[in-house]
Amino acid sequence: MIYMDNAATTRLSERAFEAMRPYMMEQYANAAGTYSFAAASSAAIEKARAQTAAVIGAKPAEIYFTSGGTESDNWALKGAVLASKKEKKHIIISAIEHHAVLHSARALEQQGVEVTVLPVDADGLVSPADVEAAIRPETVLISVMAANNEVGTIEPLEQIGEIAHRCGVLFHTDAVQAFGHIPLDVEAMHIDMLSASAHKFHGPKGVGLLYVRRGVKLGVFMDGGAQEKKRRAGTSNVPGIVGMGAAAEEAKARMDAMIPAVSAVRDHIIERIGKEIPYAKLNGHRTQRLPGNVNFCFRFIEGESMLMLLDADGICASSGSACTSGSLDPSHVLLALGLPHEIAHGSLRLSLSEETTMADADKVVDSLKVIIPRLRSMSPLYEDFVRSEGRA
Amino acid sequence: MYTEKVMDHFMHPRNVGEIENASGVGTVGNAKCGDIMRIYLDIDENQVVRDAKFKTFGCGAAIATSSMATEMIIGKTIQEALEVTNKAVMEALGGLPPVKVHCSLLAEQAVHAALWDYAQKNGITIEGLKPPVNDVDELDEDEE
Repeated sequence: MIYMDNAATTRLSERAFEAMRPYMMEQYANAAGTYSFAAASSAAIEKARAQTAAVIGAKPAEIYFTSGGTESDNWALKGAVLASKKEKKHIIISAIEHHAVLHSARALEQQGVEVTVLPVDADGLVSPADVEAAIRPETVLISVMAANNEVGTIEPLEQIGEIAHRCGVLFHTDAVQAFGHIPLDVEAMHIDMLSASAHKFHGPKGVGLLYVRRGVKLGVFMDGGAQEKKRRAGTSNVPGIVGMGAAAEEAKARMDAMIPAVSAVRDHIIERIGKEIPYAKLNGHRTQRLPGNVNFCFRFIEGESMLMLLDADGICASSGSACTSGSLDPSHVLLALGLPHEIAHGSLRLSLSEETTMADADKVVDSLKVIIPRLRSMSPLYEDFVRSEGRA
Repeated sequence: MYTEKVMDHFMHPRNVGEIENASGVGTVGNAKCGDIMRIYLDIDENQVVRDAKFKTFGCGAAIATSSMATEMIIGKTIQEALEVTNKAVMEALGGLPPVKVHCSLLAEQAVHAALWDYAQKNGITIEGLKPPVNDVDELDEDEE
């Protein structure tokens, strides 16, 4: 099997698993216990707080553990609005945010919050000038993702953060795809809140974090016990948090070597597809791009059938077609890039990790070189295209 | 998520292609929604479907239902072909996930559109045949 869906989830690292094991077995104490048996659990949590904080240049006390990226995004948006004393409230997001941000914003809109959805350019970039122009006296929060999950475009966080701070507006970034993959610095980038999820960087599923800059007022999203300094209730997921800490430390240590290595495999795939498969279009920014992201649209074919044929060749990948999104519309990200529906239906995302080899990359491209002509030979759109070309 | 029968018809689709000088051609669906089916019919002088071919842009279920529908109408009279419902196509495939039921409707409508084209070309009426509907989502789905 060739696994090229690392943007969906990654394989748990051995080191993270080994770090977690004792906290699932002998060291099972509730970290909130007062007995000495609990001390190792609470110490392990604090270690993970330091390990994760180090990835983004934060202080350990600014890291709050959650159940994952979705909860962190919900908390950041809803908590910021809840804590704001402004009479009228307004938030700014981009059109290509993950549904965790997009739908949180829609939920706030139902409650009377005004939402500005910023467009992106054809490469998926948000314009800092657009951000600045959208700010009003009632703006509470700007939320722009660090890197897009579908097309891999890396957003200009530093410029957006600088604008947010100059205007006295909170800046949140959904860094679920970026944390542990590209350098992030909450100080240099003026980030007030940042969401991350462990399973996107070889940690376990069901655990994530929200970085909250010291002094930022944030309403409580999860009511209950006094965990996480009374800001996020619920028994601490000790093994999950420990696994995330170990994975974060590993990601930070390997980042400098990982970025060029993974980017080289990515660029090899992009170049080969560009040269060897006609009517293919790269989606997302060519260089300002996550090291592991490849996203193409292949004209005249539909994504799900492409994924099924790749699966038959032992290749795991994903698509933004309607059939894979469970609706009649293809991905909102591809549409926001300005792609017409029929082209967006033929999208393919290959997301790599440092485990992806050049040989894997070649096998996938070779497989696509068979699959795509096969589906095109069955496509009435291709038939019409060939006829019209013949006439021209 | 798909039955073995669906996977078989997706991996090894029957009757893919075009028919030159077809007796009837029908195209339904639209690229915006992600599926288009085109069915070609070769109908003999006794009004029997001698051959059927298809081309489909769409998901696995769209390809499998086109393949099954063409297989089911070959050798049938036009009246019998008209009676191959989306439900029959689904049953022959061992069922479809609920979100894919519309693919079977599309296959049924593609056959109807090709029969309509045949009827128009030959100036005949086929009893019970209505003008083709391009957007199957407007039709009632026969799911059972």
